[in-house]
Amino acid sequence: MEHAIDVDNLVVRRGGRTVLDGISCRMPAGSITGLVGPSGSGKTTLMRAIVGVQKIVSGTVTVLGRPAGEPWLRQRVGYLTQAPSVYADLTLRENARYFASLYEGITSEDVDRAIHDVGLADAADQVVGTMSGGQHSRASLACVLLAKPQLLILDEPTVGQDPVLRDELWKRFRELANAGSTIVVSSHVMDEAGRCEQLVMIRNGVIIAHDTPDAVRAAAGTDDLDAAFLTLIREKASVGAPSASADSFVATPEVAK
Amino acid sequence: MNARILFSTTHRVLNQLRHDKRTLALTVVVPALLLTLIYYVFDGQKQVFNHVGLIMLGIFPFVLMFLITSIAMLRERTTGTLERLLTTPLAKADLLFGYALAFAVVALLQGVVLTAIAYWAFGLSVNGNIWLVLVIAVADAILGMALGLLCSAFAQTEFQAVQFMPAVVFPQLFLCGLFAGRDEMAGFLGGISKALPMTYAVEGLEQVGAFAGTTAIMWRDLGIVLGAAVVALALAAATLRRRTD
Repeated sequence: MEHAIDVDNLVVRRGGRTVLDGISCRMPAGSITGLVGPSGSGKTTLMRAIVGVQKIVSGTVTVLGRPAGEPWLRQRVGYLTQAPSVYADLTLRENARYFASLYEGITSEDVDRAIHDVGLADAADQVVGTMSGGQHSRASLACVLLAKPQLLILDEPTVGQDPVLRDELWKRFRELANAGSTIVVSSHVMDEAGRCEQLVMIRNGVIIAHDTPDAVRAAAGTDDLDAAFLTLIREKASVGAPSASADSFVATPEVAK
Repeated sequence: MNARILFSTTHRVLNQLRHDKRTLALTVVVPALLLTLIYYVFDGQKQVFNHVGLIMLGIFPFVLMFLITSIAMLRERTTGTLERLLTTPLAKADLLFGYALAFAVVALLQGVVLTAIAYWAFGLSVNGNIWLVLVIAVADAILGMALGLLCSAFAQTEFQAVQFMPAVVFPQLFLCGLFAGRDEMAGFLGGISKALPMTYAVEGLEQVGAFAGTTAIMWRDLGIVLGAAVVALALAAATLRRRTD
């Protein structure tokens, strides 16, 4: 199995606090990995480390066979930040054209396609600052999708979106993965986590589960991912020293294609 | 650096200004009003206005561009677009010089209006060519803009950013020879003034005011002002960090 992402014993400290405490995990190429965990658990920090914008203390992060953050990767990795990061004083189309111009070989069809994919074809010429919160987030997502990256790191891409839109966005993510893109997506919505090939559950900077959604359900003895998530979080909290269980969870599960 | 990304960044910044017509209007109207104020402060004192008004043609654009660009770059930082840009193939110099080109266009517009008002409305007279005044005024604006971009790299908040203006601009203003001749200051200040780029901006304008034709000192001063701007932009690019805490 070829891995698009290989994180080995990653330690990150921010503001004097250890945010990631020796995390190791691998994500297979062409798969969708869900990153779940309580707020403040280190999901965004892990994503930033994979993109290569996070200062790290120790450990390695290898992305598409190269050290994270290498210039070669910038053409191939797309990162959606949690807060929408587009120019509020430009229209969606102006934003999209600008971000497209930063990459090699992105056509205006790619730009239109990305705007259409996030359901904003009718609002393409609207100034982003006048959009609703959900539309603003999708405008930001469009500016990532248009670059057709090999690796997509999406920090809560569907927050604040209605169920119909969420479903459409997930179908698009699946299409991209089927076409060979690797996707890492953080989410708080468990029905979304169920659509991933594998889940990485983080709590207090350590991985408490790394497996397929089915295996996570089985381990927690429930059919419901929400309940499984709560069970695992509470179980690990009572067990304490989380690194003791690392071996059993770090192994990458075989992904059924 | 990459020409496509550089020009597309310039285009994007100009697009943002196009959507913000009030800011665009202010960059032209504010220095014009200030110059009008100076004209009436020295009511009837033609010789004084010929000196002070001339120097103000360089100083107003410098100060205003400093403020605008330091806020512009801070805005990239606080809205998260800077972090996003730094995950793309864009080189840091593409961003800084892209901004510089865009604001140079604005500075040209500002300089044309300001110089035209000084020349035709207020009868500013210089011994040299009035076009050289425009060239030096635009160079001063570019210098202010480059220093603003550099300072914003050190500002994490708006409160910090606005205080860099008096910290960086006022000493240059006091020491440039406008308030007191540079040979009248305490000796060590004269030395410091030689290290500050605005000194050369003012000296260059004074050269155009005093002499017909161009002088070697004027060309040297123009070169120093533009050179300082390029150094400031390169430093600003070097201080941007892709990896942060």
